[in-house]
Amino acid sequence: MAGLAATLGSGAMTDSISNIKDADLLFVTGSNTTEAHPIIGLEMKKAVRRFGAKLILLDPREIELADFAYLHLRQRPGTDVAVLNAISHVIIRDSLANVNFIEERTEGFEAFATSVREWTPERAEILSGVPAQDIVDAAYLYAHARQAMIFWAMGITQHTTGTDNVKVCSNLALLTGHIGRPATGLNPLRGQNNVQGACDMGGLPNVFPGYQPVTDEAIRRKFAAGWGVELEHLAPKPGLTVTEITRGVLEGQIKAIYVMGENPMLSDPNLNHVAEAFESVELLVCQDIFLNETAQLADVVFPAASFAEKSGTFTNTERRVQMIRPALAAPGQAWADWRIILALAKRMGAGWTYTSPADIFDELAALTPQYAGMNHARLADGGIQWPCPTVDHPGTPVLHVGKFTRGRGQFVPIDFRPPAELPDEDYPFLLSTGRILFHWHGGTMSRRSPGLDAIAPEAEAEIHPTDAHTLGVQNGELVRVFSRRGSVVATARVTRRSSPGMIFMTFHYAEAAVNLLTNDAVDPTAKIPEYKVCAVDIEKFTPPVNKEILNEPESIFTHA
Amino acid sequence: MLNADNIIPTTCPYCGVGCQIDLHVKNGLIYRVNGRFDNAVNHGNLCVKGRFGFDYVHAQDRLTTPLLRHARGQSLESTSWDTALGYVTNRLQTIRAEHGPDSIAFLTSAKCTNEENYLLQKLARAVVGTNNVDHCARL
Ligand code: SF4
Repeated sequence: MAGLAATLGSGAMTDSISNIKDADLLFVTGSNTTEAHPIIGLEMKKAVRRFGAKLILLDPREIELADFAYLHLRQRPGTDVAVLNAISHVIIRDSLANVNFIEERTEGFEAFATSVREWTPERAEILSGVPAQDIVDAAYLYAHARQAMIFWAMGITQHTTGTDNVKVCSNLALLTGHIGRPATGLNPLRGQNNVQGACDMGGLPNVFPGYQPVTDEAIRRKFAAGWGVELEHLAPKPGLTVTEITRGVLEGQIKAIYVMGENPMLSDPNLNHVAEAFESVELLVCQDIFLNETAQLADVVFPAASFAEKSGTFTNTERRVQMIRPALAAPGQAWADWRIILALAKRMGAGWTYTSPADIFDELAALTPQYAGMNHARLADGGIQWPCPTVDHPGTPVLHVGKFTRGRGQFVPIDFRPPAELPDEDYPFLLSTGRILFHWHGGTMSRRSPGLDAIAPEAEAEIHPTDAHTLGVQNGELVRVFSRRGSVVATARVTRRSSPGMIFMTFHYAEAAVNLLTNDAVDPTAKIPEYKVCAVDIEKFTPPVNKEILNEPESIFTHA
Repeated sequence: MLNADNIIPTTCPYCGVGCQIDLHVKNGLIYRVNGRFDNAVNHGNLCVKGRFGFDYVHAQDRLTTPLLRHARGQSLESTSWDTALGYVTNRLQTIRAEHGPDSIAFLTSAKCTNEENYLLQKLARAVVGTNNVDHCARL
């Protein structure tokens, strides 16, 4: 969450799930919440239906939340910045801004105000297709609310302009003072269950646990002491991101990749390129509960325990650290991931002496300021939200009360940049990707639950009725969707959920790995690949053989 | 009516909401899951994944032994922990000696625990000596 870290000093959801019901305005953009985060979606619906909150939805698609929206702004994909800048424009133009808040708690307002002066609602309408009057209404609703919460998910970060989108939302909250109080703030919804924790724990090339930069010598000194290694042993230069790692293999400087509990073959954009990297790297080691597509290429695969067979903690999207507990023995000779790493580290000469996840937690808490006051015993009862600096601190449901983590909140002028690849004559459709409720990232877990697979068994491409008519495609027929990078076959779903000119696909299925089509241009700051938008063409597909054969995982590579 | 041998309170592994659940276990099988009420996250509610999505834990194709491929082009074969760990240690040390620590990269996991993510980045930084650590959820 590089965007928020820059503007506020901390990259996580600023408020809490349990406060949603108290908001009188919810602004949701780039999050199909009822499908990707159903229980948060439930709280939003409750806030609207039971407590009378108003919902503004900024989303090109007619998603379920649209039924609950007071105002639905359907922008062209990739034009979010234009719309959000225009909302800021109206708030300043019509003197709706919270002048005291801006004065006391923020900096950079003048430059920001200048930057949105040109962003009239009329100009934004031309680019985004959102009526100017709707933009004005949204500005008044948001600015006049007592307590307004903004939400977004990977929908907003998976653009080359992803970090920009986050900063534009942040500008809105700073402009109106909708932050630092309960039921307000900027609330990124993390996708997989422990993305927040993986980031908190330093699963990033530039920071140690707790977002402490590897480039800072005092921080390196602290970790060298905590880990009992020489200062010189800790590298002062940031490492490579996952996209740079796969490139590094092809360019020859990366010789070994070690993957824990992930299937990058499926979740990487521009999959052909990634497959080549994993096939050609000298040493590939995986630890996982299944032989997934990545593990099938590995030299060594360690069998891991599932969440039901081990103890430890996950950190949810509202920064709450919660326990998992063993209910079963792991099958066969499978080991918990921590035990595998421990065994390997010992073989490599490290003098690690942990005997349980609780021991490991005590060490990480001592080195991670946000977790300093936590231990497994304290977490047993409902979990604790970070920051929790001392053992008698109750945790922090709302961030930035009275003061931002970085001191003053920073306004950031953002210019509109169109997405890296837009439709043209050869590839006239815009492909957008996302996830659906019943399956979960890559499907390795949920596709093995027969009940779930029966509900949503096929890869689908949503097409607007107008386009389907032009292409001569009926609902339920097979289509081939192709981009500059590859092609996949899917079942056509003819629906008004998509706008004309737009194709929407999910990436839950190995058979139609939609990532074969997408674009690995990356956001320059957050380095999140541009998944969400790329140009494609589509045609009716007549299967050469039968559908079973088409759906075999390998076949996609021969078709591509 | 089945009576559980054990009811284990834990956290749903599917999405970032982190609903609190009870796993009802009988004869080593999870046969029922319910949402817990005693928390500020889900108040007893669960979505379809959290309620019905746990068959994968008992799937026939779970990995149960370490697998090793002696050469590219050969197939993966079952092996002992001792052999697999020895092989990986050896290869990582050789690569590190020949090409330096920055020729090795680690991908941590949005599905594993905090403790496991912490240990893997510590292995990369403190043992191997590289900051080539990232997670796939950036994707
Ligand atoms: S029950 Fe549903 S909403 Fe709750 S954590 Fe699990 S997947 Fe997410």
